[in-house]
Amino acid sequence: MREITLSQAVNEALAEEMRRDPTTFIIGEDVAEAGTPFKVLSGLVEEFGTARVVDTPIAEPGFMGIAVGAAMTGARPIVDLMFGDFIFLIMDQLCNQAAKTHYMSGGRLSVPLVLRTNMGATRRSAAQHSQSLHALVAHIPGLKVAMPSSAYEAKGLMKTAIRENNPVVIFEDKLMYNDKAPVPEEEYLIPFGVANVLREGTDITLIGTSSMVQVCQKAAEILAAENISAEVIDPRTIVPLDEEGLLKSARKTSRVIVVDEGHQSYGVTAEIASRINEKAFYYLDAPVLRMGAMDVPIPFSPALEDITVPTPEGVAANARKLMSGEMIHAA
Amino acid sequence: MSPAKNTKTNSEEYLRMYTQMVRIRTFEDNANQLYLTAKMPGLTHMYSGEEAVAVGICEALTDDDKITSTHRGHGHCVAKGANFKQMFCELLGKEEGYCRGKGGSMHIADQSHGNLGANAIVGGSMGIATGAAFTAKLLGKDDVTVCFFGDGATAQGLMYEVMNMAALWNLPVIYACENNGYSEYTRTEEIAAGSITARAEAFGIEAHQVDGQDVLAVNTLAQKLVARARNGEGPFFIELMTYRYHGHHVGDINREYYRTKDEEKHWKEERDPITLFSAWLTKEGIATSEELDAISAGVKDDAKTAVEYALAAKYPDISEVDMHVYAPTDPASLTVGG
Repeated sequence: MREITLSQAVNEALAEEMRRDPTTFIIGEDVAEAGTPFKVLSGLVEEFGTARVVDTPIAEPGFMGIAVGAAMTGARPIVDLMFGDFIFLIMDQLCNQAAKTHYMSGGRLSVPLVLRTNMGATRRSAAQHSQSLHALVAHIPGLKVAMPSSAYEAKGLMKTAIRENNPVVIFEDKLMYNDKAPVPEEEYLIPFGVANVLREGTDITLIGTSSMVQVCQKAAEILAAENISAEVIDPRTIVPLDEEGLLKSARKTSRVIVVDEGHQSYGVTAEIASRINEKAFYYLDAPVLRMGAMDVPIPFSPALEDITVPTPEGVAANARKLMSGEMIHAA
Repeated sequence: MSPAKNTKTNSEEYLRMYTQMVRIRTFEDNANQLYLTAKMPGLTHMYSGEEAVAVGICEALTDDDKITSTHRGHGHCVAKGANFKQMFCELLGKEEGYCRGKGGSMHIADQSHGNLGANAIVGGSMGIATGAAFTAKLLGKDDVTVCFFGDGATAQGLMYEVMNMAALWNLPVIYACENNGYSEYTRTEEIAAGSITARAEAFGIEAHQVDGQDVLAVNTLAQKLVARARNGEGPFFIELMTYRYHGHHVGDINREYYRTKDEEKHWKEERDPITLFSAWLTKEGIATSEELDAISAGVKDDAKTAVEYALAAKYPDISEVDMHVYAPTDPASLTVGG
């Protein structure tokens, strides 16, 4: 099968869906001729024109608000938010308006829009261009949240997101834009709320999101060399969450580490760990461990930044502790 | 009152404007009563005094045209065609309300008449209105969107972001600023520097100021601007000078610390939009005062019936609490080739 980059996969998904549905359009800063700073959208304005690939002023709340209104009246906007950190600028439009409109109107209005943005540290971009803020929006009922972990995932999840009748936020890891993966030429979609088991195992479950799926995969290889059999699961979407899929694995292996690049406190790892504790308690041989980003603003210095996010070695080390029973005694 | 020239020239339509203004006033009198007698949960914001604004503008719109409304939104909702029963049911949190009781006073939406909803965030709907106009342009439809907001909302940054884009892209949107003199409990001159219309003009948007107590003046201007917006000449901005009879919300009773009773008396006695329009209608021989009284009495009866109906109506079943969090998506559309 051919291999393409995550960036190309997103671009293909957008082009296919824009050909399929004339009510779709892209809106954001430098999305047209510039194709965004990451060049994810290159070529789209040539095919679809400036009426459907719309460059905006640097006014995130403004273009987000316009997208909400457009979605409520028969269009399907795909909003490009240049950095995930800018989500703080659009919180009212996303969380008070887009997320609640269907509910507040008793189902009479809906907001079918996609907010494409990114996440991920270790790009030496410091505290305001490196955050992974998906937990903030996952907390708000009415929003769906997708976290692609490869080019294949990015394309399939994007196509589903665009066809969804709800506001969907997609977080792409900006360090993965040039990562290649096999992506079929034929059309496919990836359903929301169905976790993907990337590697089967029997001793421990590693649940990872976005780029942390790669971290878990590498950790599983390290552990395999030590005769520890790790299962790796990618939830794909954190809202809706494939709770049953994750529980099934937890019941099978009896040990779980949840790895996510958001800050550890009050985060995605806490939510997933808590659900497993509540619903698979008697199957567990050890406490469910959380591994998120450190609870510090992302530092600029490479020497500091690199230690703020989970690594394969770190995950493997924690897995060994769970296997040896060390964490049980610590608790 | 303004001359009748260029306004709707048939008396049936004048009387409809009169009726709609009376319906708004009557709706609000009943809503206020429901609040004061503790029959209505939560709180609400009265539109009384500003009726000529909503009616003058909405009478220039069709059902395909859109509006966005505010926390002080009952007037817009009535003027855009909503009925009393579903509105009162919504105010009381009943199943038959426009939003099945999930929105309440501050979130009434009536999609069938193009009302995209009231909004409890001051200035929160400015993006939505501009986006609705964007859809019209994108899909080649000729509908126009009117964004209602108060003078208080002119302090929000969102307004300037979306007016900039509306002007850059010639969107068919009309920004209708209802300047009622008060930003919640503060006089507008304390929160608004310079001129409000000049702010729109800075983006190259044609801006007008109009007497918001004169329904014919409002309607004349609205008809012209709606036609021009439909013709691709938008956006436009209107500042409508008006007055809020009640406090910021129904519980804001003692308000002498921010405005005098004399001032309120002056507006109610000298500048009331319904009184002014009644006088014009009788002077022009369009209706007698008896005929106008009969219209008002009919509206009062309708309101009474609707209130009684809403009070007796069912609350939503508790199973509805987690309904409508997400809109359904047709599974067939989520398949290859779908």
